[in-house]
Amino acid sequence: MDNLAPQSGVVISVRDLRVKYGEREILHGVDFDVTHGETVVILGGSGSGKSTLLRTLVGLERPSSGHIWIKGSDIATTPRDELDEIRKRIGMSFQGGALFGSMTVGENVALPLKEHTKLEDSTIEIMLRLKLDQVGLSGFEDYMPSQLSGGMKKRAAVARALAMDPEILFFDEPSAGLDPIIAAGIDELILELKKAFEMTIIVVTHELASAFLIADRMILIDKGYIVAIGATEEMRTSTHPRVRQFLDRVAEPEVAHELDYLQMLTEDSRHAARGAGQRGEA
Amino acid sequence: MEQVAELGESVTSGLAYIGSLASLASRAAYFAFIGPFRGKPLRLGRIVAQAMEVGVRALPILSLITFFIGLILALQSAYELRKFGALNYVANAVAASMTRELGPLITAILVIGRSGSAFAAEIGTMKVTEEIDALETMAISPIQFLVTPKFLAMIIMLPCLTIWANSMGIFGGAVFGVAQADFTFGRYIRASIESLYIRDIATGLIKSVMFGVTMTAVGCYEGLSTGAGAEQVGRSATKAVVMSIFLVIAVDLVFTALFFFLGGR
Repeated sequence: MDNLAPQSGVVISVRDLRVKYGEREILHGVDFDVTHGETVVILGGSGSGKSTLLRTLVGLERPSSGHIWIKGSDIATTPRDELDEIRKRIGMSFQGGALFGSMTVGENVALPLKEHTKLEDSTIEIMLRLKLDQVGLSGFEDYMPSQLSGGMKKRAAVARALAMDPEILFFDEPSAGLDPIIAAGIDELILELKKAFEMTIIVVTHELASAFLIADRMILIDKGYIVAIGATEEMRTSTHPRVRQFLDRVAEPEVAHELDYLQMLTEDSRHAARGAGQRGEA
Repeated sequence: MEQVAELGESVTSGLAYIGSLASLASRAAYFAFIGPFRGKPLRLGRIVAQAMEVGVRALPILSLITFFIGLILALQSAYELRKFGALNYVANAVAASMTRELGPLITAILVIGRSGSAFAAEIGTMKVTEEIDALETMAISPIQFLVTPKFLAMIIMLPCLTIWANSMGIFGGAVFGVAQADFTFGRYIRASIESLYIRDIATGLIKSVMFGVTMTAVGCYEGLSTGAGAEQVGRSATKAVVMSIFLVIAVDLVFTALFFFLGGR
């Protein structure tokens, strides 16, 4: 097991991760590492398992087997009630914001601080102003979430995720449902956070433009397998057919038979092996 | 043979459902009674807010309904009592049926309609919009944050509402007593009070606490098991109401039988 243990500088280490919903396996053995301060974008189509991967990384789904080391603790084997200690060190921004509708923006951002720290109310007040300022929402603390636009909700959600000064920040579809200009603003925000705090950031998305803008490395997931993993430039120039199909936005050919599908998958992996070989030679 | 298997299956799934309710209730109870001594303080503000919503806001409609129920009870029992020339027993009849049975039950059914469905809808909506997931990733237990305040509010407010319902029912009966049975208002109330034993009121209140636990468990459980999509929230709210009414009446039967065999009057 020693060779599986994470090396130094590695913040998240995923080994042979499998996740099942009932009898159906969604992730069929996923391996990757994330090092400190890098921004990793997990790309994939609908139903590829990318959201399940993210939910598993933050402990919302339990893996059926495999390991997930986050800052040295394996959250796959940690009992549910001990997960909380790890969760206090991560932040998560949900697709729709997931702000509590019955609380103001300020109360939303202050909630983790009120729950987990013994800070004075006045200190919390200062911190929440700071966090709202970081996401460009200063002065909005007394608004209700329903009074905010989609982009502002996402910013408020990021402020809440930042409240506990997390070491790792997770984003689920940060630009989903936003117009291109507002989405670009969210990308800017992610880049700023990365620069200012050297935070480790994991983003799940299917928006290519935004992915290429913010990523240091990319992981392409398809049908529960990692198809390709590599630096942004490598992905852009990759010749792997599934990567090209995804990046060039080619529609899926109709697969009529299970066998055809299997063949397609094995061809994919053969291409991948050849691609890796070529890179090695170069 | 197949029918037997089907019967067995529905019995096990029914028992599993009750089991999930009990597990939810016990986890909520942990955060209500043990958690505060282990550094997980209760949220007084949230409990008070829930108590206002569950209890105080229900008062006007509850008063009206139980006043009518008291009046109806008086009319119905007078119909029989008149045959025996025992119309002056109408106060006893109304007081006993209100405090032992109808006060707790009508209150419970009204509160299920107002709050049981609201619990399921509120928690269900939070489930659909990923707010429950957000709580978990913030290391805040949804049970502690959402369910426990509802439980505490309910087991405090439902007995209070029941006491109020009992008195409104007796006032309703008094209207008949004064109009038709030669009572004065004061004499009717005195007759009611004299006819009651502490045990009548206490059994009603014990029942109402059990009703409160049942309906909160069902409402919160249905909310937490809401699937994806807005239409699932409606389904959860409906199921919460139907299941709560059924289970409250089942609990009522169990406790009424229990009190009867434990030396009832």
